Amino acid sequence: MCDETEPMITTNDISLLEQRARTIRKHVVNMIFEAGTGHPGGSLSCVDIITVLYFAHMNHNPSDPEWVNRDVFILSKGHAAPTLYATLAECGYFPVDELLSLRKLGCLLQGHPEISIPGIEVSTGSLGQGLSISCGIALAAKMDIKDSRVFALIGDGECDEGLIWEAAILASHYKLDNLTAIIDRNGLQIDGPTEKVMRLEPIAGKWREFGWHVIEIDGNKIADILGSLEEAKQVKGKPTLIVAHTLKGKGVSFMEWICAFHGKALNKDEIRLALQELGGE
Amino acid sequence: MELKSTRDAYGDALLTLGENPHVVVLDADLSVSTQTSKFGARFPSRFINVGCAEQNLMGVAAGFAIAGKIPFASTYAIFSMRAWEQIRNTIAHDKLSVKIAVSHAGLTNAPDGASHQALEDIALMRVIPNMCVIVPCDAVEAMCAIISETSRKGPAYIRLNRSKTPVIFDEKYHFRFGDAVPLTDGDDLTLIATGTMVHKALEASDILKKEKISARVINIHTIKPLDEGAVIKAARETGAVITIEEHSIFGGLGGAVAEVLAEHYPVPMKIIGVRDVFGESGEYEELLEKFGLTTTNIVASAREIMRRK
Repeated sequence: MCDETEPMITTNDISLLEQRARTIRKHVVNMIFEAGTGHPGGSLSCVDIITVLYFAHMNHNPSDPEWVNRDVFILSKGHAAPTLYATLAECGYFPVDELLSLRKLGCLLQGHPEISIPGIEVSTGSLGQGLSISCGIALAAKMDIKDSRVFALIGDGECDEGLIWEAAILASHYKLDNLTAIIDRNGLQIDGPTEKVMRLEPIAGKWREFGWHVIEIDGNKIADILGSLEEAKQVKGKPTLIVAHTLKGKGVSFMEWICAFHGKALNKDEIRLALQELGGE
Repeated sequence: MELKSTRDAYGDALLTLGENPHVVVLDADLSVSTQTSKFGARFPSRFINVGCAEQNLMGVAAGFAIAGKIPFASTYAIFSMRAWEQIRNTIAHDKLSVKIAVSHAGLTNAPDGASHQALEDIALMRVIPNMCVIVPCDAVEAMCAIISETSRKGPAYIRLNRSKTPVIFDEKYHFRFGDAVPLTDGDDLTLIATGTMVHKALEASDILKKEKISARVINIHTIKPLDEGAVIKAARETGAVITIEEHSIFGGLGGAVAEVLAEHYPVPMKIIGVRDVFGESGEYEELLEKFGLTTTNIVASAREIMRRK
């Protein structure tokens, strides 16, 4: 539903979405390899979520990024910028050719999302802020009696930030049922496993106690993501949190569940192997 | 002379601005103190209390701005600093039209003591690209500035006070963002003041006149962007400058003026402000006295700088 007049897909064709996700993953590893720096682990873990949102769930229009009735996506875990950039490019917000300029001086695609990039709603990168911003957008939509919905993708390590919980109580207090937060629950943060660095469990229970409708899914499974987003849409009177259990580095075997790939680019050998696994250049 | 606080003017201004359906007001559990509660009572559907959560205050306000609203975000000056990084990375970086209108700035939250006073905020806001810093000198200027800000795109930090201070201007006053306001002519030196110190500068200028020292007084309501032309002109024409602010001597009005003059027109200069210490509890006037933010100190500094010319 990228474009109302020319829908990018007509059915929730799961295999087509899986193909899309593979394409995005190839872009992501290529982009980070070319840049020489970046965050491949947490970019790969959330590919399926962002793919489903942009190609099968959200109302948005790449030819009119500021369309007033659009659904809004905020990448609160801004370090997954390559995934969002690749998705936006594949949707047609800007040329796919731009992708390899990531992190280069004077380029459009900054290391973390910037408002100047077509399709990016707000600059993010400093953790914790995206959910709070999403609450403001969701409140404004309610004030204007608009149907548009707001989606915030947050990292699990990001939940260490106090601001996440400030936003969580506000969303519940103001009954923001037009807001869906998705936690990319890949279990790793920079310094190690989240449960070792700063215990989050029981994460679903915490959010439930904060007044959210909570759904737990396999966040690398297209059907699960589609189903949870549909469920969130039906929930009234409270915001929804999707705990998306994912695999950090998903799609490239030697990167999966490897903490070092949080913020380390692939080298020449690794990119060759990664692309082989993902099936193509 | 009529006395009125700039926070009272803010409360009144918001009632006027409430007629604009795009105006949204947010507070962090201090709405009676900041005076936003008046707006909340009149326009409840456009008033959001985020609880005492200042980081969220800024984030939610940013979201409203992205959605096309004109959000005013209020708390005490000092507590807005807790959200400095949210202000920098989201509001200022993205040039969002969030109007951060804070009360109880400087020493005006006097009895509450150091934890509730803000003497560093101008410096912290001024250093952020895209951020504008407005410090009204009286209730009239505050009212005009706040109304004017709703039609200017981009972020602003509007520094307001709890204490009732003299009303300097009348209803004919016209606020022009970014313009210095010359208040009295003078050839011997210039007193450049902001906020609560403007009326004290005027008093000092009257006293100095009796001593045959002709002090020009300039009110700087917009500390950023600073009216550099007016500052340089004053330095050139009077040959000495004293800045006066209810703020640290570091990084505030004095810092801004010194940066301009050091590069373009160095003249003898004195910065009057709080000299690198925290505030404390006391009556407001007692604190001003203790920290040298007085007419007497301005007069003494003027005499001293005349000897350095």
